[in-house]
Amino acid sequence: MRERTEPRGPGAGLREPAQGWRRRHLLDLDELSAAEIELVLETAEAMQEVLGRDVPRVPALRGVTVVNLFYEPSTRTRASFELAAKALSADVVNIAAEASSVKKGESLLDTVRTLQALGAQVLVMRHWQSGAPYLVARHTQMSVINAGDGWHAHPSQALLDIYTMRRHLGDLKGRQVVIVGDIAHSRVARSNVWGLTKLGVQVVLCAPPTLLPPGLLPGRPTDEPSPFPPVTVETDLARALEGADVVMALRLQRERMEAGLLPSLREYIRLYQVNEERLALARPGALVMHPGPMNEGVEISPGAARSAQAVIEEQVANGVAVRMALLYLLTQEGGSRA
Amino acid sequence: MSLAVRGGRIVDPANGVDIVGDVLIVDGRIAAVGPDVGREATQAIDARGLVVAPGLVDVHCHLREPGLEHKETIETGTLAAARGGFTTVCCMPNTEPPLDSAGAIRYVRERAEAVGRVRVLVIGCVTKGRRGQELAELAELAAAGAVAFSDDGEPVGDARLMRRALEYASMLGLPIIDHPEDKALSAGGVMHEGWVAARLGLRGVPAAAEEVAVARDISLAALTGGRLHLAHVSTAAALAHVRRARAAGLPVTAEVTPHHLTLTHEAVLIGTGETPGGLAYDTNAKVNPPLRTATDVAACVEALADGTLDCIATDHAPHALEDKLCEFDLAAFGISGLETALALCLGLVQAGRLSLGRLVEALTVGPARALGLDRRLPGLGTLSPGAAADLVIFDPEAEWTVEPQGLVSKGKNTPLAGRRLRGRVLTTICNGRVVWQE
Repeated sequence: MRERTEPRGPGAGLREPAQGWRRRHLLDLDELSAAEIELVLETAEAMQEVLGRDVPRVPALRGVTVVNLFYEPSTRTRASFELAAKALSADVVNIAAEASSVKKGESLLDTVRTLQALGAQVLVMRHWQSGAPYLVARHTQMSVINAGDGWHAHPSQALLDIYTMRRHLGDLKGRQVVIVGDIAHSRVARSNVWGLTKLGVQVVLCAPPTLLPPGLLPGRPTDEPSPFPPVTVETDLARALEGADVVMALRLQRERMEAGLLPSLREYIRLYQVNEERLALARPGALVMHPGPMNEGVEISPGAARSAQAVIEEQVANGVAVRMALLYLLTQEGGSRA
Repeated sequence: MSLAVRGGRIVDPANGVDIVGDVLIVDGRIAAVGPDVGREATQAIDARGLVVAPGLVDVHCHLREPGLEHKETIETGTLAAARGGFTTVCCMPNTEPPLDSAGAIRYVRERAEAVGRVRVLVIGCVTKGRRGQELAELAELAAAGAVAFSDDGEPVGDARLMRRALEYASMLGLPIIDHPEDKALSAGGVMHEGWVAARLGLRGVPAAAEEVAVARDISLAALTGGRLHLAHVSTAAALAHVRRARAAGLPVTAEVTPHHLTLTHEAVLIGTGETPGGLAYDTNAKVNPPLRTATDVAACVEALADGTLDCIATDHAPHALEDKLCEFDLAAFGISGLETALALCLGLVQAGRLSLGRLVEALTVGPARALGLDRRLPGLGTLSPGAAADLVIFDPEAEWTVEPQGLVSKGKNTPLAGRRLRGRVLTTICNGRVVWQE
């Protein structure tokens, strides 16, 4: 293994605790400070350097067992966490828990207790129900990383989105990021809203009213607080795109039509598809992003997805470095458990 | 054989009584109420500094027997009732099997007779199997002792069937208790549709799901003249519908729960105890109808104070630990409420938002009259001479901390864990017998 020593980079013997990181779990970005987000991004840069080496592997998590517990099918997030853990020399166990195992009687907490008894230190979990990782975090000694819970949060995705934006745009303060599509059911949108606003980004959410969380419906009378930090809500995509530095399209699931939230795919495409013609309304060179998996021809046109502005594949590649950073940081705090 | 409760503040709203004095009980019945009337009694309870009120009446609780004994039994549920100051409880028929037959109703009555600490009245199903398709044999259920009909837990979803139920039950003089919820609108929601649900990524139940159903039920009560009782009303707009119906003289009564009078949907977010990540997803605050907004809570208190709401009913819904210790979407709806109801509601009195007299009324004669139970049991919910000697004696100032493991109900599912409440039941007397003593 080729080794280098850098002031802040993760060298081969990288074991010193990261400054300013005190967390055992990563459940969402709402609880992170801007400084903590910066620390993750800086650590991810160092990890990216590791990934560029001939042997892209460091022993930072040697002896640590990371379990990927996925209650929902996932290709990229699961593979990304697995590669990240392996690049840090962790032992990785992948569990694809079927929804039916719940019905068979084993509860989520039983499963988690079993994994803990088997010696796992880090639990990366994906669950179709909002809040499931919070339940687990309350009842386990393991570090819990939320790899997506229901409609609620997907913090590692938001961090890799932010990381990707930063690499292209530098400081994000005052930048404008437009998220288009099914906001109501999107954990990616929610986590991005928290992360981006903490970094001073102006977030614009664009969707038809039926795909917005009720608390964000424009014109709905309420004396209730807003569920999110200040964002702009715009149902008209052309207006939303004015001045955009980043345009992020969200996956549209067919169930939304079946649930009567949209009249037709055709009308959705006509009003909300991110295509080259519409991209011309954004800032020149605005980044085109998508958390995947894409429905090309629905929420995004093939041309927009493959344009020079698109950084969709780069998002995927950056995901590994960001997840390495998370695994590293979360195991340093109280690392004696390892 | 006589028993005197001496020197307490006697609050008996039905008789306009709020005095310091004695209650004299002879042979299980109220003999006299007044200063020094208990001097000659063979036994005495010193109630100086305490409040003495008619035993509380709960027209809506779940005792879970038969079939769901891991959640609660008639024995444990009525013990919880006694501890909470309740001497009469009406149990809902969503058991396994549901109480849709005379045999099932008799079974519950016999069990209650054998093991119940307090008086149990039985509510029968509106529809066979609670399936919402055909009317249950309501006359036979009434003959077996059913005091009202409800498919609680589920609404009577079909408006035409609800119409027929109201019409048919009118010949029996018994109310239909509806759980007002438009299922097409609630659509699998797990908490109130509002900022907390949006924040947590949980599917919401809009207030309109209740309001639409309340409006429908009121129209059907107007159409049929049948007796309608609305269970657990929880939104400001639903209360506005009820208020209009009452003003129009319609035969509509309504109840509210202690939790809808005091808690908001933020309870799901905040929870109790340590919450990693800062979001509690507190399944103990998951209840149907869901906890609503502060505006709705204020409207419930106002409607209780002004008489739009007839009574407080606990909707005591005990669950086993595993029913709540799970993902929020999978968790059962319901709060174990019998033991905290009085103290929680006394908080409204302490805050000056409700008079003690009105609170006692809403927990005693209010529910008795709402369901017409006082026709069956004259004097129920009062300290009128000749009435069954049902009393609660409580210390309105005693503070205590809610500890779920300390509840005598099998259901430890309370969103109030760790909460300090002021007001404690010391003695509960049912039919002249002490059934709870601290």
